[in-house]
Amino acid sequence: MDYVLIILLEMLRAVSWLVLLASGLAIIFGMMRVINFAHGEFLMLGGYITIMTHNNGVPLWISMLILAPLTVGIFGILVERLVIRHLYGRIIDSLLATWGLSLLMIGGVTLVFGNTVQGVSTPFGAVSIGEYSIPLYNFVIIGFAAAIMLATWAVLKFTKVGLVARATMQNPDMAETLGVRTTWVYMATFGIGSAVTGLAGGLLAPLTGVVPSMGVNFVGQSFITVITGGASMIAGTLSASTLLGTVSQGVTFASGPVYGDAALLLTALVLLRVLPQGITGRIFKKSL
Amino acid sequence: MKKLNRRHFLMSTGAAVTATGLGAPSILRAQADTIKIGGLHDLSGPLDASGIPMDQVFKLAIDDINEKGGLLGKQVEGVVYDPQSNMSLYSQYATQMALKDRVAAVFGGITSASRETIRPIFHRYNTLYFYNTLYEGGVCDRNEITLGTTPAQTVEQLIPHAMNLWGKKVYTIAADYNYGHITAAWVKRYVEANGGEVVETEFFPLDVTQFGSTISKIQAAKPDIVLSVLVGTAHLGFYRQWVASGMKQEIPIASTTFAAGGTDAVILTPEEGNGILTSYGYYTSIDNPTNTAFKEKVAAAYPDNPPILSELSEVTWEGVMVWADAVREAGTIERDPLLEVMETGKSYDMPAGAVSIDPKTHHAIRDVYLAELQDQEFIIKETFPQVQPADTQMVCNLKETPDANVHHEISL
Repeated sequence: MDYVLIILLEMLRAVSWLVLLASGLAIIFGMMRVINFAHGEFLMLGGYITIMTHNNGVPLWISMLILAPLTVGIFGILVERLVIRHLYGRIIDSLLATWGLSLLMIGGVTLVFGNTVQGVSTPFGAVSIGEYSIPLYNFVIIGFAAAIMLATWAVLKFTKVGLVARATMQNPDMAETLGVRTTWVYMATFGIGSAVTGLAGGLLAPLTGVVPSMGVNFVGQSFITVITGGASMIAGTLSASTLLGTVSQGVTFASGPVYGDAALLLTALVLLRVLPQGITGRIFKKSL
Repeated sequence: MKKLNRRHFLMSTGAAVTATGLGAPSILRAQADTIKIGGLHDLSGPLDASGIPMDQVFKLAIDDINEKGGLLGKQVEGVVYDPQSNMSLYSQYATQMALKDRVAAVFGGITSASRETIRPIFHRYNTLYFYNTLYEGGVCDRNEITLGTTPAQTVEQLIPHAMNLWGKKVYTIAADYNYGHITAAWVKRYVEANGGEVVETEFFPLDVTQFGSTISKIQAAKPDIVLSVLVGTAHLGFYRQWVASGMKQEIPIASTTFAAGGTDAVILTPEEGNGILTSYGYYTSIDNPTNTAFKEKVAAAYPDNPPILSELSEVTWEGVMVWADAVREAGTIERDPLLEVMETGKSYDMPAGAVSIDPKTHHAIRDVYLAELQDQEFIIKETFPQVQPADTQMVCNLKETPDANVHHEISL
């Protein structure tokens, strides 16, 4: 009984993890059809900001929840202004440019901060469930994943800004005609997407080793989730994360992590063969 | 302004390539009155945390030789390339070192993948090659001198010690590639030889960062010891999440890989790392005069960016020193006379203790240590003098097959 509960919680955590990793990328991809190949390095930057500021005396929560998203968000706006905006509509070129950016960021962070920096321990400690104990921090991950999804949905659905964003997403030319500065919308979107990625990087810093090359460990999962989900930011991310997270954790529990990884890839492969536009290309088509 | 002609263009792009470090050795002009040796360590990319200290120590070893008057009346010159944790660059630079730079010997390669990329190249061109990393054992090649420890040297000491301390039920978690699989097999063999039981062996692809389900499974299996053969920074998450799950006080961890390059001990906080038991061929805390002098030299040479010393970097020092000793004794830099000197099995006084080369396998016979991490420093618990590379000795005898050119997968 306890074990079943543990497995369910672990699956929920895995789903939330994918939501956190992918949502920044999904915001950018869903809105602008730009694939940010430096996504993993944006996560890394968020993680680095968190541990560097925390090691210099800033309380962990401020480092993680304010400084990391703020810095990465501002960095994202800079990148959009300097690089991305010249490459709208040129997917391959933007892929290449952001790949170059990722190399630059790895080199830059190594140069500025060094590649061996003491990280931060996971806060909060553990909670016992019967014979098992799991980190309380898991619930922070789950909470933030839910909060990010909810906030994105609320902004898109209920605010003027969200309306403008949706208009730009559906028909940029028409939106422009009606007086919307689509370039500003794109800039803001890229900044917000980057900030969300920075927040995710901050949140995962206490769970993993933060080093300049860490991005590569996360970028695969993020991309698979976003591509499997399709173009809708929320429905896509949620459906893909739920499916992939449950399958991979289920298989990991049943056999082991090697098969868990393989099952995740296989599921994504089959899905993309059947639904080349991603889950939301066919199902939940009209959703956000 | 000068007119742009082809020569100028070539010169300026050549300079640009040098500046970005893509194609040029750090010392460009080769002089006939120097002896050149090659250093091939990853100075960028995911492996740079291990490669940079090795490179720093490699250069320091050369400076040390030159300060003492060089070799055969000549200065030694290092030819350094950065393979960027990229296997195709490894093969390119290895070929370049052997054919273009014509170096007398090469030191480097970190992962087994990089070693197996460059080892056959140096074998083909008879360029003496020193591999200075702990690895899974099994290389049989007269052209390669392998000074790092192998599982038969370290696992054999670690397992009985940990079992004596903590109990007989072992849960192994290992990286999912040949090093992890081979070492896990050795773990099983030594656990069973000591009357224990491996309750489970789990393998993890190198990009796994989430260990929640594994930690739950370990909690269900209730082993006495968790034995980690995890590799790389993604796997560091295990130690962090283990502490976060409140397991630190419950089940102790022994590892054949943790902080092998020295960096893990720094990246984890003291609370997370304390108590992890490891076994390697070198620790900075080894107490002998050679090691004290070595550490002082390193500190003096790199006051601003001291390399994190570990078996990898200390063995790199050994490699250069063993080579230099052979050159002095043989009076030449030709490969075969040097190999004959090293094959006499003479003993070298190194920071890690006495080291000699087993003539049958060209692997090191060396002291092995057991140490526990406390506040980011390894405290040595036990020393095992002059341990043989028994695993490679099972499959390799260069006396009988001097032309061997293989990496045996040692099956147990």
